[in-house]
Amino acid sequence: MPDSASEPYDLAVIGAGCAGLAGAVTASELGLRVCLLDGSGQVGGQFFRHPAPALGALRPQALHHDWPAFAALRQRLEASDTRRLLGHQVWTVTRGSGELWTVHALSGVDGGAERPVRVHARAVLLATGAYERQLPFPGWTLPGVVAAGGAQAMLKSGLALPGKRIVVAGSGPLLLAVASSLAAAGAQVPAIVEASGYLRYVTHARALVANPRKVLQGAVHGASLLRHRVRPHSRSAVTAAHGTDRVEAVTVSRLDQDWRPVPGTGRRISCDALAVGHGLVPQIELATGLGCATRRTPDGTHALVLDGRQETSVPGVWAAGETGGVGGWELARVEGELAGRAVAFRLRGVLVDPARVRELRRRRDRMRAFADAMAVAHAPRPGWTHWLDDDTDVCRCEEVTARRVREAAAELGARDARTVKLLTRAGMGWCQGRMCAAAVACLAAGGGDEGVPPSPERRPLAVPVPLGLLGSPAGADEAGADEAGINEAGADE
Amino acid sequence: MARTPSELVRAEPGPPFEITVDGRAITALPGQSIAAALWCAGVLAWRSTRGGGRPRGAFCGIGQCYDCLATVNGEPNRRACLVPARPGDAITTQEGHGRAGLGV
Amino acid sequence: MGDSSDVIVVGAGVVGAACAYYATRSGLSVTVIDRGPVAGGTTGAGEGNLLVSDKEPGPELELALLSTRLWRELAEPLPLQIEYEAKGGLVVASDPAGMDTLRELARGQEKAGVLAEEIPADRLAELEPHLAPDLAGGFHYPQDAQVQPALAAAHLLRASDARIRLGEEVTGILTATTGEVTGVRTATGTVHAPHVVNATGTWGGELAQRAGTELPVLPRRGFVLVTEPLPRVVRHKVYAADYVRDVASDSAALQTSPVVEGTPAGPVLIGASRERVGFDRTLSVEALRRLAAQATALFPVLAGVRAVRAYAGFRPYLPDHLPAIGRDPRVPGLLHACGHEGAGIGLAPATGALIAGMLSGGPLPLDPAPFSPARFVGGAAP
Ligand SMILES: Cc1cc2nc3c(=O)[nH]c(=O)nc-3n(C[C@H](O)[C@H](O)[C@H](O)COP(=O)(O)OP(=O)(O)OC[C@H]3O[C@@H](n4cnc5c(N)ncnc54)[C@H](O)[C@@H]3O)c2cc1C
Ligand SMILES: Cc1cc2nc3c(=O)[nH]c(=O)nc-3n(C[C@H](O)[C@H](O)[C@H](O)COP(=O)(O)OP(=O)(O)OC[C@H]3O[C@@H](n4cnc5c(N)ncnc54)[C@H](O)[C@@H]3O)c2cc1C
Ligand code: FES
Repeated sequence: MPDSASEPYDLAVIGAGCAGLAGAVTASELGLRVCLLDGSGQVGGQFFRHPAPALGALRPQALHHDWPAFAALRQRLEASDTRRLLGHQVWTVTRGSGELWTVHALSGVDGGAERPVRVHARAVLLATGAYERQLPFPGWTLPGVVAAGGAQAMLKSGLALPGKRIVVAGSGPLLLAVASSLAAAGAQVPAIVEASGYLRYVTHARALVANPRKVLQGAVHGASLLRHRVRPHSRSAVTAAHGTDRVEAVTVSRLDQDWRPVPGTGRRISCDALAVGHGLVPQIELATGLGCATRRTPDGTHALVLDGRQETSVPGVWAAGETGGVGGWELARVEGELAGRAVAFRLRGVLVDPARVRELRRRRDRMRAFADAMAVAHAPRPGWTHWLDDDTDVCRCEEVTARRVREAAAELGARDARTVKLLTRAGMGWCQGRMCAAAVACLAAGGGDEGVPPSPERRPLAVPVPLGLLGSPAGADEAGADEAGINEAGADE
Repeated sequence: MARTPSELVRAEPGPPFEITVDGRAITALPGQSIAAALWCAGVLAWRSTRGGGRPRGAFCGIGQCYDCLATVNGEPNRRACLVPARPGDAITTQEGHGRAGLGV
Repeated sequence: MGDSSDVIVVGAGVVGAACAYYATRSGLSVTVIDRGPVAGGTTGAGEGNLLVSDKEPGPELELALLSTRLWRELAEPLPLQIEYEAKGGLVVASDPAGMDTLRELARGQEKAGVLAEEIPADRLAELEPHLAPDLAGGFHYPQDAQVQPALAAAHLLRASDARIRLGEEVTGILTATTGEVTGVRTATGTVHAPHVVNATGTWGGELAQRAGTELPVLPRRGFVLVTEPLPRVVRHKVYAADYVRDVASDSAALQTSPVVEGTPAGPVLIGASRERVGFDRTLSVEALRRLAAQATALFPVLAGVRAVRAYAGFRPYLPDHLPAIGRDPRVPGLLHACGHEGAGIGLAPATGALIAGMLSGGPLPLDPAPFSPARFVGGAAP
């Protein structure tokens, strides 16, 4: 453990979800000095999000089918001397002098005294996960309309529900998990609305057969939904949410092949909340800031290009989990371990258990193929833009309507999300386009698949930084010199 | 079958405490974020937008959308989904940028 | 696909847009071609200050004064769309020596027609209530103004009657056997015209090369910080005396001097660093640190405000810091309108008016000689 300001870590891991946890404990067990940072106050990431210790949950596993896997990772973390910097939000990573990387973070952003922290390391593992993709529709800014994974996250961490009667809608396998948790926690879920036809999986039967666990998981959720009398609607979407100051009902419409609503099929379902999302988008701005190459995924997002050892196109920068393409927690864990082993081999020449590595790679490749099949099945079709009316706010932060986005594209020469942003402010607000960029890119391309393929968003600041801290002199606040013990910001449980 | 999230995970939290929303007292549990406490009290909006003055609250639930910005103990632009609730916290509906006091 | 017009403008940044606007106004048919979208180059990264205050007396100041008048005319029909604000500039000095420098600069500028008013230290707060209390004084420049650059370019282009071809790279210039320009070759075909205007900004040297001539345009990187949305906390465009020195400097090293301004949309913009590092977009934490430190020194209230975004742009600069506006001495029919460095938004209308005058044979609004591209090619401007 480096204990002076000048001594760098071998590996800085950013993100303490499955990928980051597995990477950190693996590298640490192989003898590397590891620093693990996460913006959240607890490890676990999105999937293993769980109540804070003070909530005294005796059965946190009731919200997770695979709790033992997490408990094992956490135990290994506690047994290792990985330095944990929780509650640390990384705003950028830069290349320092002498083959070193500098991770720039802020601690205490949400409720403590904010201060800048820098960590130096010889290698970086980016395991920053994903956020949800949203496709706007009239009424989606009403209170009570929440992100599907967001409802899941608020339930898992805060034991809170947005309402009593919650429609779950959008597209992608996450919806099943969300609906079954909400129902298990006492919410009534009158409908689960999926835009794609589940049947499309059939065309990728090979990937499915190779992933029996995934099918099983789906079946478990499915059974739980049956038990809770949740009505499934496939090839359908919520095309409007109604209410004045909060959602009171939604309109569910049938969709054609291209996701255009079929006229006359709209049905009103009353509810007091809607949980909606269209899959996940890899969170890769720290990597793109370093110049790491990206690829377009089958469902139109951008993920990092990785080699067989999980290294990005920038030597010394590694990635695992959703950053390399959305694929679920088990893939994240496998990739994290692979990355941890690869970094140990690169830095120290440690090579143990090649058979294990082969096995991990085999599992990774199989799960990736499955993830790609899922992505194809749930990729948004261009007809979704017909859900919008001209006055729908596409950009929630800056309240930019669909009309203004379309005008910028049709009349002012914008052909991509970046130019629409410059001309309308869509994507220039607090969230920096995380909620609207997917939609804006579609609208800028005229609703079709053609047009300029969007480039990954550039967000040089991954999180907002107070100017007072940004301007504080260099040289201060090396993490190695932190006063208080090993684990900053409240040890995890 | 569980009827609440707390029942589901068999939560035995420490003693509940009060926070206020625009002066109205609500109950929060230790370990909850401000947004979670507000949801549990049936409050879904605690901000009005800069342009249209529309009500907003938590959306993404994971600190990414900034729709849940609240003024907490006089300090604007705190992400309610991330900030832990503390006894006595005063949340006020944030209007627009929440910094009207700085205007010249 | 063939196509012909009187003029082809290559580049749909603010300079290309202004050239197209004034050329169509003088009766010419114009085609604008850009390999990307409108304002996809440096224009989309600029801050939109229309300044006379930072310019020493000389040809650039003449160009800026003309531009200031033209921007005011242009903004009349579209002030809201392009976010035009005649807000005025305030240059401040931290010590008496700095004040002396400003006084000297202002004296020279006034002779050229610039309005400048000395503001003693005790009156600074009247103009800018949030300014740090310990400054030595400043100068107020009422002619300084601001637009939103991307909107300005897009609306100018729309207001012109030019044909617009986006997403089409110009890969070569077509010439007759006698050497005159006859059009351009693009990735998808050819477009014909007897005149081609090179308005490709920082990439102006590359296009010149494709035309068989040369122009030494190079990138000078700048970072800008953008804050969370705020009410109006800064009324003018406010900057420190050092800025004038940095603008005129030839150094390749990182230079920063705070330039702080509010925008109608809410965020405060803090610019701008200057650094010659080629087209490297990698974030410079040191540049951001200095910008933030200097901005919060000028406006302490900003210390608690968050930067939500930072971005880089590449100013197109020529070795003598003057733009190239006029005919290329080697390639008849080719005109250059690029190399405006950190002032291209401000200087665009005057540049467009000059180019239009040259193309149509109409009267020129000012003497173009100092901007002649011939100064780099060794030949005499025709
Ligand atoms: C809101 C949400 C809910 C989800 N719910 C489910 C579910 O119920 N079931 C399911 O199967 N899958 C769910 N998923 C999918 C889940 O993301 C993956 O299956 C799995 O968590 C991937 O693991 P990971 O390690 O790649 O990323 P994550 O688990 O997402 O971990 C990434 C970690 O990085 C941290 N981080 C990100 N950026 C920074 C930064 N700049 N500085 C510091 N730390 C940072 C985050 O705080 C997070 O802890 C959900 C995803 C989301 C976004
Ligand atoms: C950080 C920063 C702050 C600034 N602040 C200000 C300010 O406050 N005030 C001010 O006046 N100026 C400012 N500037 C400078 C100003 O932005 C530039 O001088 C101006 O935008 C240049 O405009 P342009 O039209 O010449 O070039 P650009 O906007 O770069 O346009 C050139 C266009 O040519 C296109 N192109 C290039 N090659 C080809 C080809 N072969 N085929 C087809 N198309 C091609 C490009 O795609 C591009 O769209 C700033 C610059 C920076 C970087
Ligand atoms: S709910 Fe999205 S940031 Fe808090």
